[in-house]
Amino acid sequence: MGITQILFWFLSIVAIFSALMVISSKNPVHSVLWLILTFFSISGHYILLNAQFLAIVNIIVYAGAIMVLFLFVIMLMNLNKETEPQKHKWLRIAGAVAGGCLLLVLVAALKDTDIKHQQALVNTGGIGLIKNLGKELFTTYVVPFEISSILFLSAMVGAVVIGKKE
Amino acid sequence: MPINYYIFLSLALFCIGIVGVLTRRNAIIIFMCIELMLNAVNLLLVAFSKMHHNAALLAGDATTIAGTDGQLFVFFIMVVAAAEVSVGLAIIVMMYRNIHSVDVNFLNRLKH
Repeated sequence: MGITQILFWFLSIVAIFSALMVISSKNPVHSVLWLILTFFSISGHYILLNAQFLAIVNIIVYAGAIMVLFLFVIMLMNLNKETEPQKHKWLRIAGAVAGGCLLLVLVAALKDTDIKHQQALVNTGGIGLIKNLGKELFTTYVVPFEISSILFLSAMVGAVVIGKKE
Repeated sequence: MPINYYIFLSLALFCIGIVGVLTRRNAIIIFMCIELMLNAVNLLLVAFSKMHHNAALLAGDATTIAGTDGQLFVFFIMVVAAAEVSVGLAIIVMMYRNIHSVDVNFLNRLKH
């Protein structure tokens, strides 16, 4: 077992464990912190796949910007363990069973696919580097890139309009 | 790494997100679980992009850039997720200001 395999299993276990802690911790602030750990381990997976640009963007945008926004909102509302609304016990069990059944069905459907002998290239390959992605983004995908700026502008206007006191 | 491992890891993360959406009542936690599901999809897209790159390299094309599209899709998913979070959190803040709770069960009064 090489270093790549060890890193893969370590990052996978960290990601799944912290994702489980996100949905099981009672305090919303702890949920946010566990979700940040999940995002960091997913970024580790990106680095392992040599998608360096996406790894950095994932840390900056998700762990840096989006989760700070979540943390701000939670602290603004002063949510904590006591005010946390709880679902009925049987509804929670039913939700867990439904999710588990979905996982079971998807795993059963996908475990014998044709591509299961294919390998994902780890550690090497230059397509994830910023040189290649930038060239492609500003030639082939330049129209969606510009449209996404309009999306951001409308999201900003929408957030201000919704959040404004009337 | 075999692509199977990445598929199962992403499926596990996605289903954890679904269980979170089904079992929690706090609107912010539900929102975070949706982010988790988006990230599971992103991870799978990157893994498939590297799989296609590997297949193109094995076919003998040493200068191929096959698989770049998958990573750019991930980039656009992140863009859309950032816009979605800003609007969604504004809606949650507005809801909290009106009913002083983030419990999604109170949201069913939107029907009337």
